[in-house]
Amino acid sequence: MAALEEEFTLSSVVLSAGPEGLLGVEQSDKTDQFLVTDSGRTVILYKVSDQKPLGSWSVKQGQIITCPAVCNFQTGEYVVVHDNKVLRIWNNEDVNLDKVFKATLSAEVYRILSVQGTEPLVLFKEGAVRGLEALLADPQQKIETVISDEEVIKWTKFFVVFRHPVLIFITEKHGNYFAYVQMFNSRILTKYTLLLGQDENSVIKSFTASVDRKFISLMSLSSDGCIYETLIPIRPADPEKNQSLVKSLLLKAVVSGNARNGVALTALDQDHVAVLGSPLAASKECLSVWNIKFQTLQTSKELPQGTSGQLWYYGEHLFMLHGKSLTVIPYKCEVSSLAGALGKLKHSQDPGTHVVSHFVNWETPQGCGLGFQNSEQSRRILRRRKIEVSLQPEVPPSKQLLSTIMKDSEKHIEVEVRKFLALKQTPDFHTVIGDTVTGLLERCKAEPSFYPRNCLMQLIQTHVLSYRFFCLSLCPDLMEIALKKKDVQLLQLCLQQFPDIPESVTCACLKIFLSIGDDSLQETDVNMESVFDYSINSVHDEKMEEQTEILQNGFNPEEDKCNNCDQELNKKPQDETKESTSCPVVQKRAALLNAILHSAYSETFLLPHLKDIPAQHITLFLKYLYFLYLKCSENATMTLPGIHPPTLNQIMDWICLLLDANFTVVVMMPEAKRLLINLYKLVKSQISVYSELNKIEVSFRELQKLNQEKNNRGLYSIEVLELF
Amino acid sequence: MGEFKVHRVRFFNYVPSGIRCVAYNNQSNRLAVSRTDGTVEIYNLSANYFQEKFFPGHESRATEALCWAEGQRLFSAGLNGEIMEYDLQALNIKYAMDAFGGPIWSMAASPSGSQLLVGCEDGSVKLFQITPDKIQFERNFDRQKSRILSLSWHPSGTHIAAGSIDYISVFDVKSGSAVHKMIVDRQYMGVSKRKCIVWGVAFLSDGTIISVDSAGKVQFWDSATGTLVKSHLIANADVQSIAVADQEDSFVVGTAEGTVFHFQLVPVTSNSSEKQWVRTKPFQHHTHDVRTVAHSPTALISGGTDTHLVFRPLMEKVEVKNYDAALRKITFPHRCLISCSKKRQLLLFQFAHHLELWRLGSTVATGKFLVSGKNGDTLPLSKNADHLLHLKTKGPENIICSCISPCGSWIAYSTVSRFFLYRLNYEHDNISLKRVSKMPAFLRSALQILFSEDSTKLFVASNQGALHIVQLSGGSFKHLHAFQPQSGTVEAMCLLAVSPDGNWLAASGTSAGVHVYNVKQLKLHCTVPAYNFPVTAMAIAPNTNNLVIAHSDQQVFEYSIPDKQYTDWSRTVQKQGFHHLWLQRDTPITHISFHPKRPMHILLHDAYMFCIIDKSLPLPNDKTLLYNPFPPTNESDVIRRRTAHAFKISKIYKPLLFMDLLDERTLVAVERPLDDIIAQLPPPIKKKKFGT
Repeated sequence: MAALEEEFTLSSVVLSAGPEGLLGVEQSDKTDQFLVTDSGRTVILYKVSDQKPLGSWSVKQGQIITCPAVCNFQTGEYVVVHDNKVLRIWNNEDVNLDKVFKATLSAEVYRILSVQGTEPLVLFKEGAVRGLEALLADPQQKIETVISDEEVIKWTKFFVVFRHPVLIFITEKHGNYFAYVQMFNSRILTKYTLLLGQDENSVIKSFTASVDRKFISLMSLSSDGCIYETLIPIRPADPEKNQSLVKSLLLKAVVSGNARNGVALTALDQDHVAVLGSPLAASKECLSVWNIKFQTLQTSKELPQGTSGQLWYYGEHLFMLHGKSLTVIPYKCEVSSLAGALGKLKHSQDPGTHVVSHFVNWETPQGCGLGFQNSEQSRRILRRRKIEVSLQPEVPPSKQLLSTIMKDSEKHIEVEVRKFLALKQTPDFHTVIGDTVTGLLERCKAEPSFYPRNCLMQLIQTHVLSYRFFCLSLCPDLMEIALKKKDVQLLQLCLQQFPDIPESVTCACLKIFLSIGDDSLQETDVNMESVFDYSINSVHDEKMEEQTEILQNGFNPEEDKCNNCDQELNKKPQDETKESTSCPVVQKRAALLNAILHSAYSETFLLPHLKDIPAQHITLFLKYLYFLYLKCSENATMTLPGIHPPTLNQIMDWICLLLDANFTVVVMMPEAKRLLINLYKLVKSQISVYSELNKIEVSFRELQKLNQEKNNRGLYSIEVLELF
Repeated sequence: MGEFKVHRVRFFNYVPSGIRCVAYNNQSNRLAVSRTDGTVEIYNLSANYFQEKFFPGHESRATEALCWAEGQRLFSAGLNGEIMEYDLQALNIKYAMDAFGGPIWSMAASPSGSQLLVGCEDGSVKLFQITPDKIQFERNFDRQKSRILSLSWHPSGTHIAAGSIDYISVFDVKSGSAVHKMIVDRQYMGVSKRKCIVWGVAFLSDGTIISVDSAGKVQFWDSATGTLVKSHLIANADVQSIAVADQEDSFVVGTAEGTVFHFQLVPVTSNSSEKQWVRTKPFQHHTHDVRTVAHSPTALISGGTDTHLVFRPLMEKVEVKNYDAALRKITFPHRCLISCSKKRQLLLFQFAHHLELWRLGSTVATGKFLVSGKNGDTLPLSKNADHLLHLKTKGPENIICSCISPCGSWIAYSTVSRFFLYRLNYEHDNISLKRVSKMPAFLRSALQILFSEDSTKLFVASNQGALHIVQLSGGSFKHLHAFQPQSGTVEAMCLLAVSPDGNWLAASGTSAGVHVYNVKQLKLHCTVPAYNFPVTAMAIAPNTNNLVIAHSDQQVFEYSIPDKQYTDWSRTVQKQGFHHLWLQRDTPITHISFHPKRPMHILLHDAYMFCIIDKSLPLPNDKTLLYNPFPPTNESDVIRRRTAHAFKISKIYKPLLFMDLLDERTLVAVERPLDDIIAQLPPPIKKKKFGT
C-alpha cells in the first residue's frame, strides 16, 4: 500500500524562487544529498535526513543560472550552466563559483542530464547532444541544429537501459508535440510525432516517463486533466522514417482541467504515479498518489499554501515547492503484511493524511444520485451532481437503475436489475453493483417491509461482491439483514460466494440452520448440489447394516477389547446401526449444513462462538457429522457421493471443533452418550489403523529395499548407448 | 550418430564428507564451506555457485568454526585448538596458531572485522587482534564453567553473547566480565533432559539474543535484563544452527531432523511499527542433521551430515528470474576425482586418503553384436572389472590431486606437503609398484598433475604458481623446465590441459584467465582473453589444437591456439547464443574430451548429462527441443535431418562423475548413485510417518 509520510520543510532560508518556481532538484552522488537550484543565482546542497543545507554556491551579480546543477556521478563534481553558455564545474571544497573551472560553449544549453553509472550528457537548445567529457575536450566545437525553427524543447529525461544511455526529449511546435529518442551509444536519433487524439485542443502540461525492457512509457498530463500513456520503442524499427505514436488514456480526470496553478506528474514506480494539482477547479492543491494498475487513488495530501506546479522524485522522497519553501514528503510503497491481509486487525487511519472525499472510493458511492446520506452537505453535492447529470444528453442505464431503487416497487426493481445485468460489463460495472446493493440495503433498513430477495440473489450471483473486500462495510449489512429475515437460501448463497465471512457470522448462520423448523425449511428453495440423495441407497442399507462392523476402514471394532460401554451398546445393536445409517437431518438442512462445512474459518476465532450454540443443536450437528463420516468410510476413496460434497477432512475438523468447544456440555447430556461412545470408538479404531500402518511401513520399506536391489544393475555393466 | 559401448561403472565408492560450517561473505558474494574431514571449499555465488577453490583436509584438523574477517580474510578454528588463516591466492594455509584453551568450539569476527573471538573447551573466551599479516592474542574474558559452544557479537561491538551448556553469558567487551548469565530450561517435552546445550546464539542490534539449543527450542532473550522474552519449541531434536540476515528482519535455524525453519520479523498489523518474530516457512531439504546455516541476502543456505549444500532462494527477495531463483543442491565436488588410462583401460579413483586402481572388464560381444545391439541393451560380460591396487597415503593429509598416465605405467598424486610418483609394472596378471624416490624439493605440493598423451612428460601445477615440466624415461625422471608465474602474481593454477601432440600446455587459475605455453620452445605462447566467469574444464583438440574452454556460466568457447583467436564456430555460437535450457543447467562441465576420428565432435559432461557437440550440425535455437530422450521413430529422414541439431545429449547416467572415450566406439561412465551415498551415512533420526 502506497503511503505518504509526514512532510518536512528543507530550507530555513527562503529560496529566491521566481514565478516559475525552482530550476531543479537533482540527486548528488551521496544518497541522502540533493542539489537544489533556484531560479536566480544560487545552488544549495541539502542533506535531507538532517534537514539542513551542507553547502551553497552563487554566481556573480548579473549572471543568472539557466540550467539546474547536476552531479557528475563518475567524478563526484557538480556541473551548472549560467547565462546559457557558460559551464562551471566544481566540487564540495570549492567556495567561490567564480574561481572554479569554466568553459564557454558555442551554443545554448537546454539541460545537463546525469544519472548513476554513466557520464553526464549535455542537451543543447537546438536538440544536439554531447557527452560532457567530449564537450570539455573542445568547448568551442560546432554544435549542429537538430530540431527545426520554432520548435522548443519542453521536457527531457535520461535513462540507462541495459547499460546503454538513452535520452528522450519532447519538443513542441504550434501545438504539435514531437518525441526524440537518442540512443547515445549508437547515435541513432529517432523522431516521433505524438498524436493527440480526438481532443485536438488539449495542451500537455506535464510529462514523466519510466522505462522497461523494450519500451519507454511516456505519461503525459493533459490540460483536460487526464493522464495518457504513450509507448515508445527503445530500439526503433526504422530510425529513418518519421513515425507517429498514439496515446492511450490511463487515468481520467485526475486534476481539474482549468486550474490556475501548474500541474505536475511523476512516475513513482511501475504502478504508481504522483500528481500535483487541484482536483477540483476551486479546491486547494493536492499531492495525490494513484495506482495505475487498479486505477485507484492510494493516498493524497493537501498543500494549502499552493505550489509551483513542479514535482521531483528521487529515491523515496518527493520534492516540491510548498508556499515559499522546499518541502520533502517521504513516499513509501510497502508490501501489505499477512496479518493485515487476514483482517485480524483493522487498518489504522494514518493521521497525517486524509482521504479526500471526492475521489473514487469504494466506501462512498460515486457519480450517482443516491440520497440515502441524509446530511445537508451530501444533498448539496447531490444537487450539483444532478445538474451535471442533466447537462449530459443521455442518462446511462446505471444511473437509471440507481434512481429506481430508491422509489419503485420490488417487482419493478427486479426488472430493472435484470435489464442492467443483461447489459453486462460496462466499465463501472463493479461500482454500480456495489452501489445498487448498498442502496437496496439502506432501503431495507429504512423500510422493514421492503425485502427485494430475488434482486439480492441475482446481484450476489454476479460474483462481484464479497464480505468486505470490495464494498467495505457493505455486505456485512447484507448478511445481517438475511440473518434477521432468517432467509436461509440467501445465507447459503452468501456462504458459497463470499470468501471472507467472519467466524461469528458463520456461527450465526449455523445457529439458524440448526434451529429453523423442518416445516419452514420445506418452503425454501435451497441449493441441493452438495447433498446426495441418501434415500436412494436405502435399498442397500439392509446389506450395509451387516457390513458396517467390518467395513470401518478395514478395522473391526469387535476386536477392540476395551469397553464396558460396548456391552451396553451391544444390547441394542439394531438401534445403533439404524442410527448410523439413516440421515439424522432432512435433506434441505443437510444442504445448508454442508455450506457451513465448506466455508473457510480460523479455529481460534470460531471456537468462542461455537460455545453459544444450544446443546441439542450441537448433538444434532454431531450426529449428522458422524453420519457423514460413516458414509465416507463406506468406500475406498473415503469420499462422499454427489457433486460438491464435504471432504473427510472438513468433517473431521468440525467434529473436533464442536467437541472442543462444548465438551463439558455434551458429556453431561444423557442423549449424547451413545454418540460420544461411537466417536470414542472411532478415534480408537483410527489409532489402531495408524499403528498398523506404522508397522506396515517398516515391512514396506524392506520390500522397497528388495525391489531396489532388483532394479540395481549391479556395480558394473557394459551397455549400448545410441545418441540421437 | 553412431553407437557406443559404455562401461557403466558404479563401484567408485566415494562418499563426500559431511558439512560442518558455512560462512557467507557479503562483500565478495562467496561462501566458505568446511567439511568434517577438514576440507574447506570456497563457492563463488556470483559465478553460478561454482566451487572455485578448495583447501585439502587433514585428519587431525576437525574444523568447528569458520568465519570471514577484515573483508576477505578467511579463518577457521577446530578441535586441535588452533586458529588458521587461509591464503585465498596461493591456496594454502598461511599460518596456524594455538589458542591454548583446548579444543575450540566457536569463533566469531567482530562487526568491524578487526577482532576475532574464540570459545574454548576450558570455558575461556579469548580475544585476538587481527593484524595485517597475522593475529595476536589480546586477552581472556572471564572464565566460564564449561565449554563455549557458540558466540555472537552485538553489532555495535560492545557486548558479546556466548552459549555454553545450560546457560548463556553476556560479556562486556571492554571489561571482559560477564554482565548476565541466563539459564536455559532443561525441560524437554516435559521430561528433564540431562543437559541443555546452547548450539547457537545471535545478538541483534536491539539487544535481543536469540538462542537455539538441544531441547529443540528457539528462544528470545532480553540482554539488558537477562530475561526470557519468548520461546518457540520447533523440533523434537536438537536445533543446531542459526544465522541472521544483515537487515535483522529474518533468520534461519537448522534442526537435527533435517528441517530448516525460516523466521521473519512481521508487523503485527499492516502499517503498525510494532513487529514480532514469526516462524514462517519450514523447509525439508535434508535427511540428516543440519549442522550449519547461513543467510545471504537472497537465499537460505544450509548444510549438514547428509553432505548436501542447499541454497533455498527467498522468492520475495529475488527480483528477476535468474540463476539465483532456483533451489540449488550441491553434492559433488566441481572437479574431477577420476583419471583414466585409455591404453590399458584403467581407472584411477581418488579418495581422501587413498587411491584405487581398477581395470575395466570386457564383453565377448564383438563389433557384430554391437551393431545388432539396441540402445540400452546390457551386453554379457566375459570378464568383470578388477580391483588392482589400493594405495594408502602416509600421514594425515588428504590427497589434493592424482593422475594416471595414458599408458598406465605411472601414477602421481600429491598432498599438501609431499608429491608421490609411482612406476607400475604389469607382468601378466601381476602388478608391481615402485615409488620413484628423491623427488626434488620444488615438487613438494601440487594442485594439478597431468601426463602428456605419450606419457613421456609430466606437468605439475605447484601451489607457488609455477608450472613444472618433468621428463619421464624408464624408471627415472628429469626436471626440464619451470614456467614461473608472471611477476607479482601468486595465483595458483588449478586446471591443466595438454595437446595430444604434446606441443601446447594450457593452464588456468581461479580468475586470471587461461595461459597457453609452447612446450617445445618453453615459453608463453598467448593468453586467452579474460572472461568474467571461472573455467570449469578445458581440453585441447587433436590435430587442430583448438582449446575448448567451459566456464561456470555454462558458456563453451573454442580458441585456436595456432591462430591465437576464437574459432569461427565459437564466434557463431556466441552470436547466436546457447539454448536457454543449456544455460539453465545446474552443474558445471567437469570434463571435456574429443573423438580421435571425428574432428567435429566435442564430448563433454556435467553431473546430470553427457553431451556430444557436433560442430557440423546447425545450432539449436530456443524453439527447438534440446533434449529428446526418445529415439526418433516413424519419422522420415527429412524431418530427422531438419530437427537434428548440434547438441546430442544423454541423461541416462547420473549423477555422472566422469565420462571419457576409451577408443572410437567405447566410452567409460562413472556414476555415483545418491542412494549408495545415503546407505553409507549414519541413520537419520527416525520419524513416524502416520499418526501422532
